[in-house]
Amino acid sequence: MSGFRLNNGGHIDRERKLRFTFDGQPMTGYEGDSLASALLANGQETVARSFKYHRRRGIYAAGADEPNALVGLRHGARHEPNCRATGVELYDGLMAESQNRWPSLDFDIGAMNGLFSPFFVAGFYYKTFMGPTRHAWMFYEKFIRKAAGMGKASMEPDPDHYDARHAWCDVLVVGAGPAGLAAARSAADAGADVLLADELPVPGGSLLSETTKLDGKTSLEWTRREIATLTKTGRVHYLPRTTVYGYYDDNILGAVERVSDHHPLPQAGQPRHRHWTIKARRVVLATGALERPLVFANNDLPGVMLSGAVRSYANRYAVAAGRRVVIATTNDSGYRTAIDLAHAGVEVACLADARHEPPADLAAEAEGLAIPVRTGSTILAAEGRKAVTGAILTELDAEGRPHGKQESIRTDCLAVSGGWSPVIHLTAQAGGKPQYDAERGQFMPGEVLQDWQPAGAIGGADSLSEAWQQGLQAGSAAARDCGLTPSSETSAPEGLDSRKPGSTRLLFQVQGGKGKAFVDLQHDVTARDVRLAHQEGFVSVEHLKRYTTLGMAADQGKTSNINGLAMMASLLDVPLDVAGTTRFRPPYTPVSLGALAGRSTGTHFRPLRRTPLHDWHVEKGAVMVEVGLWQRPRAYPGEGESLIDAIRREARTVRERVGLTDVSTLGKIEIKGPDAPEFLDRVYSNRMGNLKVGRARYGLMLRTDGMVFDDGTLWRLEENRYLMTTTTGNAGGVMKHLEFLLAAVWPELKVHLVSVSDLWSGCAIAGPNSRAVLQTCVSGTELDNDSFRPMDVKAAEIDGAPVWIARLSYSGELAYEVYTPAPHGEAVWKNLLQSGKPQGIVPYGLEALGSLRIEKGHVAGPELDGRTTADDLGLGGLMSKKKHFLGEALARREAMLEADRPQLVGLVSGNGQPIPPGAQLLDSKTVREKEPPLDAQGHVSSPTYGAAIGKYIALALLHDGRARHGESLTASSPLTGEEVPVVVVSPHFYDPEGARMNA
Amino acid sequence: MYLNCPFCGHRHLEEFTYEGDATISWPTLDSQDIGSWTDTVYQRRNPAGPHREYWQHVHGCRQFLIVERDTTTHSIHKVEVAGPWAGETAPRNTEAKQ
Ligand SMILES: [Zn+2]
Repeated sequence: MSGFRLNNGGHIDRERKLRFTFDGQPMTGYEGDSLASALLANGQETVARSFKYHRRRGIYAAGADEPNALVGLRHGARHEPNCRATGVELYDGLMAESQNRWPSLDFDIGAMNGLFSPFFVAGFYYKTFMGPTRHAWMFYEKFIRKAAGMGKASMEPDPDHYDARHAWCDVLVVGAGPAGLAAARSAADAGADVLLADELPVPGGSLLSETTKLDGKTSLEWTRREIATLTKTGRVHYLPRTTVYGYYDDNILGAVERVSDHHPLPQAGQPRHRHWTIKARRVVLATGALERPLVFANNDLPGVMLSGAVRSYANRYAVAAGRRVVIATTNDSGYRTAIDLAHAGVEVACLADARHEPPADLAAEAEGLAIPVRTGSTILAAEGRKAVTGAILTELDAEGRPHGKQESIRTDCLAVSGGWSPVIHLTAQAGGKPQYDAERGQFMPGEVLQDWQPAGAIGGADSLSEAWQQGLQAGSAAARDCGLTPSSETSAPEGLDSRKPGSTRLLFQVQGGKGKAFVDLQHDVTARDVRLAHQEGFVSVEHLKRYTTLGMAADQGKTSNINGLAMMASLLDVPLDVAGTTRFRPPYTPVSLGALAGRSTGTHFRPLRRTPLHDWHVEKGAVMVEVGLWQRPRAYPGEGESLIDAIRREARTVRERVGLTDVSTLGKIEIKGPDAPEFLDRVYSNRMGNLKVGRARYGLMLRTDGMVFDDGTLWRLEENRYLMTTTTGNAGGVMKHLEFLLAAVWPELKVHLVSVSDLWSGCAIAGPNSRAVLQTCVSGTELDNDSFRPMDVKAAEIDGAPVWIARLSYSGELAYEVYTPAPHGEAVWKNLLQSGKPQGIVPYGLEALGSLRIEKGHVAGPELDGRTTADDLGLGGLMSKKKHFLGEALARREAMLEADRPQLVGLVSGNGQPIPPGAQLLDSKTVREKEPPLDAQGHVSSPTYGAAIGKYIALALLHDGRARHGESLTASSPLTGEEVPVVVVSPHFYDPEGARMNA
Repeated sequence: MYLNCPFCGHRHLEEFTYEGDATISWPTLDSQDIGSWTDTVYQRRNPAGPHREYWQHVHGCRQFLIVERDTTTHSIHKVEVAGPWAGETAPRNTEAKQ
């Protein structure tokens, strides 16, 4: 228990104490704490077990780079695994649990002295489970999955909601540290609309870890005032808790705002996360830098931390990470940590500087605080069992190898710094390949391929005041690029550190210590794994990454990538820039799936369409079915009636008396314009231009490639007004097709199209009594057979509601389609049912409708499958020879005219059993021999029970089918294993002469 | 990706549908030359760089647009209206008409 709370300083509110639990143990923290700082302050050393080896791990970093401290938050459906404790804001009542340990964090079976160790060296999976031994994976997988892993996701649906929004701005500033704040200020001063996004809950970035006063205020007081001033201009929108995680094409960036993660539950009406898609004219990237650790023996012991993190905990959270700190550094930042700790009253036992000549001013300051400094020295190994208890320091030779004297120093917190790496992730995602700057020893942003500019650490700024200056310039330049005129009034806050740091000694790894030396802490990849990969011939860093899984964990290798590739470069004996980096890919930090899904979940995943008669169907107990987006009634079973019985009763009633069905889902397009007749002649394969007012016609449309596209009817309502109906499924497609032709192919045609599918309620009244029913309720038109002929269209009224009535039959019976404006839909429907009572009218659903059309041999979706020609469907007569039409030329290709193409036929079940849908049609020889591959002669497209025929029947597509009527085949379903003998017949099962519909 | 619809302004990709190559030429319907029709239906170049293509603002004004897009960067160089309204490249200013 070595971490503790300091009495003074930090941006925490000591008046506001917060209670929380870790693995059930009650602890306290303060408002302003992160979970990590609170755990440290409570002396919690081990916070996790590692991914593969189950080693004890403690808090290592203070920000997004944290590799170790992943915890589970909340319970039940809201449980969220793998939360970085460094990014979790403490709230009262927070419950956190450690991961990847059993039975407890302190005693973990999996950790029993490398029980699994041999399984987890680099390339283990490849070597063990590829080739002939791969079946072994089946056996071992369970054990290995159990041993290696991270947190477990909740299996319950997420009760919270997530939002998405699109944002536009002149300038997006990423990062609200000194550079970002300055950029926002100068861009806003020039009049730009600015979005300022930062991952932290409060503004300031690296300033929060400084102790110097700005304009006489603490850094947080100063940055808060600055944000208030900026926001007041109305031009800056500040987004705290928002990580810009991806930089995409065309200057579009993705960001996630964690709206509610700092509350136990989202507040009323608030989403948990909000996803932002940001289109920025210019972007200022002020993303700062992350510290690199050093790789040495036992560098994963709890208590080993990044030096900058130790400083952050002390200055930002008033938490000392240990009581006796040893610091190993390769650059100036170790001094800053040492000096701030000493000022806070924490003992610094030793500062080992790998450089031989530290900057004089810092050395003097350290000496003044009685900090023992050793130059040319560094850490060789950490000592300790459960946590670090000692540091073995060594001197270094000119090549960075340990030599000479070694000494162990007692410590409970070992702070290391290998240097700083600018956060260039977004710049690389924007397309620029990172460039190695040998002088700085850093990978810097490469070519600028999109509209962004860097400021601060990624722009090469060395001091806070230089970062501020760069920010001002970047903001002004961005505003100028937006056509605005920057002003130059802003001065830097007083007290901003302008000291330039000295150089960094590039030291990535210290060899020679005893114990595992980790490169990637989160994925448990060791220095030995990297060496092994090299020995086995891997020379590319991309291969190294995949073979060892280095950098492939949830932290994306923020603390490990550069060290890993530096080690690889050294093994290959090439400079770092030759080795190169692996590709930076979004997201910068993990993004919840909820944020990406937004509101498109559950029933909101896609729209639901209901006809104007929907409520009536539901009220009357219809069995509803989803067809595409539509809700449609399958049938209306009566009390105690089965669905099958209901379907047969409905179909029989239509044949014998009269039925009414909802056809509102059909696509409906109104067409106007002087060139409409010409246009219709072009898009239908049959003549349409000569259709007379008051008449309807069946029409067939081909695709340009000559295949059948859709069928429907065309009604000429008035001289210059047509109503086109399409199949339900193709409604959108036909509309799009026609719009495309008018826009792209024949712009000279004066034709106007409007989709009116939702404006009309439609029903079909069918059956021998249908005329009699209409005669009792329709006014405004005569209905007798001579006045209202088949294919006539007439305007009329039903109880005051305007209707269009067309004498069209799908069922083969005497039938009419009645369309009325949607608001009248239910009244007209009810009126027809009421009027038809004496005639025995029933409503019928989709199943009876389908069964009736199959009996008549009418094609529908299953036959219009994009592979059939007009002739295949027996509709060759609709290919007009008197005009030219779309699809005509390619419909005449050789293969489209072959004799043995699949053709529409009818099938009758030979054994009284239903014909399986989708069944393949096999001849007797194939059935007998069952020699795969089975040679299918065709397939069943639409099976049904033909109530009028009294048999199970089907429509099918059969090679050369029209010549094969009378043949016996077997309908074999590979899905269900059913085999039903069938006889091939004409598809027109019922009333082939059409006597009934014309009666 | 965003497209600046001449009628609706900047809108996100999810409002549009891609409708294919806009450099394709269409034979007249009286042409029975199967070769030129197969070119129209099947033959596509796959340029790396600027390309002209149709997009429909299907969840907006439903206009077909000709978009000049760089297939390597997704940069949009130009958005024009296809068809009878071709030539309109900026949002209509209804106030100016008054
Ligand atoms: Zn539009």
